[in-house]
Amino acid sequence: MLQNYLDFEEPIAVLEKKIEELQSSELLSPEEISEEILKLNESAIKLTEKIYSNLSAWQSVQVARHPQRPHFLDYVEKVCDDFDELHGDRHYGDDRAVIGGLASIGDHKVMLIGHEKGRSTEEKIEHNFGMSQPEGYRKACRLMQIAERFKLPVVTLVDTPGAYPGIDSEERGQSEAIAYNLQIMSSLKTPILVNVVGEGGSGGALALAVGDHITMMQYATYSVASPEACASIVWRDSTKSPDAAEAMKLNAENILKLNLIDEVIKEPLGGSHRNHDQAALILKNSIIKNLKDLKSFETTDLIERRYTRLMGYGSL
Amino acid sequence: MANWFEKILPSFIRKDSSKKSTIPEGLWQSCSSCSNILYVPELEAALFVCPKCDHHIRLGARKRLELFLDPEATEEISANISPNDWLKFKDTKKYKDRIASAQEVSSEKEALVVMEGKLNKLPVVVAAFEFRFMGGSMGAVVGQKFVEGMNHALEKKLPFICFSTSGGARMQESLISLYQMAKTSAVIERMKQAGLPYISVMIDPIYGGVSASLAMLGDINIAEPKALVGFTGPRVIEQTLNVQLPEGFQRSEFLLEHGAIDMIVHRKDMRSTLHRLLTKLQDNAS
Repeated sequence: MLQNYLDFEEPIAVLEKKIEELQSSELLSPEEISEEILKLNESAIKLTEKIYSNLSAWQSVQVARHPQRPHFLDYVEKVCDDFDELHGDRHYGDDRAVIGGLASIGDHKVMLIGHEKGRSTEEKIEHNFGMSQPEGYRKACRLMQIAERFKLPVVTLVDTPGAYPGIDSEERGQSEAIAYNLQIMSSLKTPILVNVVGEGGSGGALALAVGDHITMMQYATYSVASPEACASIVWRDSTKSPDAAEAMKLNAENILKLNLIDEVIKEPLGGSHRNHDQAALILKNSIIKNLKDLKSFETTDLIERRYTRLMGYGSL
Repeated sequence: MANWFEKILPSFIRKDSSKKSTIPEGLWQSCSSCSNILYVPELEAALFVCPKCDHHIRLGARKRLELFLDPEATEEISANISPNDWLKFKDTKKYKDRIASAQEVSSEKEALVVMEGKLNKLPVVVAAFEFRFMGGSMGAVVGQKFVEGMNHALEKKLPFICFSTSGGARMQESLISLYQMAKTSAVIERMKQAGLPYISVMIDPIYGGVSASLAMLGDINIAEPKALVGFTGPRVIEQTLNVQLPEGFQRSEFLLEHGAIDMIVHRKDMRSTLHRLLTKLQDNAS
C-alpha cells in the first residue's frame, strides 16, 4: 500500500524515501546497502516512536481520520473467522454507514456492529462517510435485540464523524433513533463491549457506545462534537479546530485519565494505518479477553453494574 | 400615584434589556415575534403568550414551573449542585467565567430546575430547562439533576414531566456532557420499567444531545406550537448541504406530521391536558 504521510510525519517520510532510494541504488555494493538500510531503519523506528509518543490532540484527530486507517470492514476481514451480515431496519431501508451481523471471533459468537466510512470515493459515497441516518441506528437496535434474545454478546466498533445532518434524517427522526438506542442499550440483557477504533464523533458515536467495557484504540478520538463543530459553536470560527481538539481533551490517554473509558489499546508503531494485520490482531486479542471477562457476570449483575457506571459519569 | 410612577419609569429605561429577559420586571414588554408592545400583567395572565400573534414567549425555568404547578407546596429537588470545570476548558473565555456570567444572567446555579409539586392536586415531579444558562446546554449537573429528579419520582412513585429547551450537550464538558445523554436515557428506562409515566414537553428550541436523548423519550411527547426541535440545527444543515430548507422545517407542526410527537399543546391548555393524560395513565397502574 502506498503510504500517505501526515504533515507531522514528514521527517519519517524523508527517511523512508531514502531507504527506498538505497534499495534501488547501483552505486553501492549489496553489503553496504543492507548495512546502511539497517541503520536508517533503526533511526526511522526511533523517530516514529518519538513522534508518536507525543502526539497533540489535533495530530490524534488526523491519525484517527487517516485515509489508510483500518475501518470496520477491514477489521471484519481480519478479526472475524466468519461474518454473516444482516441488513435493514425493517422500517425504511438499509443504511450502509452502520454495518452489523453475526460473527465468530475466536471461540466467541457475537453480534458485531460498527460504523463504516468507506475508503475509495465510491465506497465513501456508499457508506456516506460513516455518517448514519436513522435507519443505521434502528438497524443496530434491531440487531442488539436479536443478540439479547439469543444470548449473544454485542461487540461494537465505533468510527464516525457523527450522525448525518440531512433534511430526510430529520424527517425520519434522527434524534429519536439515537435516543432510543441509548435507552435500549442501558438495559440490554447481554454483555456489550464497545471499542472506539477511529473517530468517536458525538451522538452518532454514542448510539453504538453504551456498554459494559469501553476501550479506545491508542490514536482514536472521542468527543461531544467534531473539533470543527466545537470550534464553530464555541469560538464561532471553524479554523480553531486544533484548539477545540486540545480543549476537549479528546484523545484516548486523556479520556482514560478522566475515567470515561476502561482501557486504551496500544496500536502498532506509528499507528494502525501502518500495519492493518497487527492492528487487527491486537484488537482481536483484546475482544477475546474482554468478552471472556464480561461473560463471567450474571446478567442481572451485569445490568446493575452497567447502570451504576452510567450513573457515575459526571456525578458530583 | 408615586407607586405608579416608580413602576412605569424603569420599564422605559429597561426597554432594551427587557427584550432579552424572559421574566419581565417592567410594565411593558414587546413580543419577540410581532414586536407589539404588551401590557405585562395582561401578558402574565395569558401565560406569556402574545395576545396579538399567539407567539409563545420564552419563559425562565422557575417562572415556567411557577405557572405550571399549583401555587402551594412546591419543593425544589437537588437545588444546590453547581457545575464543575472538569477539563479546565478555555475557548475565547474560561469555562469558569462563562459559568459565573451564566449564573448572574439567569439567577440559577445551573441550566435545569427540578421540583416536586402538584398539578391540579395531582403530585408530580417536574423539571424545566433554563435557556438563559448557556443556552440550556446539558453538562454533568443537568444530567445529575435530571437523574435525581427521576429517582425522587421513582421512590415516591410519581409521574415525571420535563420541559426541555436546550442547544444540546455542553461543549465545555465534552465527553462528560455526551455521556449525560446515556445517563438520562438510562434512568428514563428505569421509569418505564417501573410503569411510571414520563411526559416530555418540547419548548423552542431543542437540538443535539438533549433532543437525541431525554426530550424524545417521553411515553408521550408534546410540543408547544411552532417550537423548533431537531438533531442538527437548520443553519448547519443549510451550510453543509448547500440547500434551502422547506418552510416550517423542524417546527412542532413538522414533527407532528412526521410522527415524532403525539400532540401540539397551547400553553394555556398545558396544565389541563397534562392532568388529563396523567390521570388516564395512572388510573390503571394501581
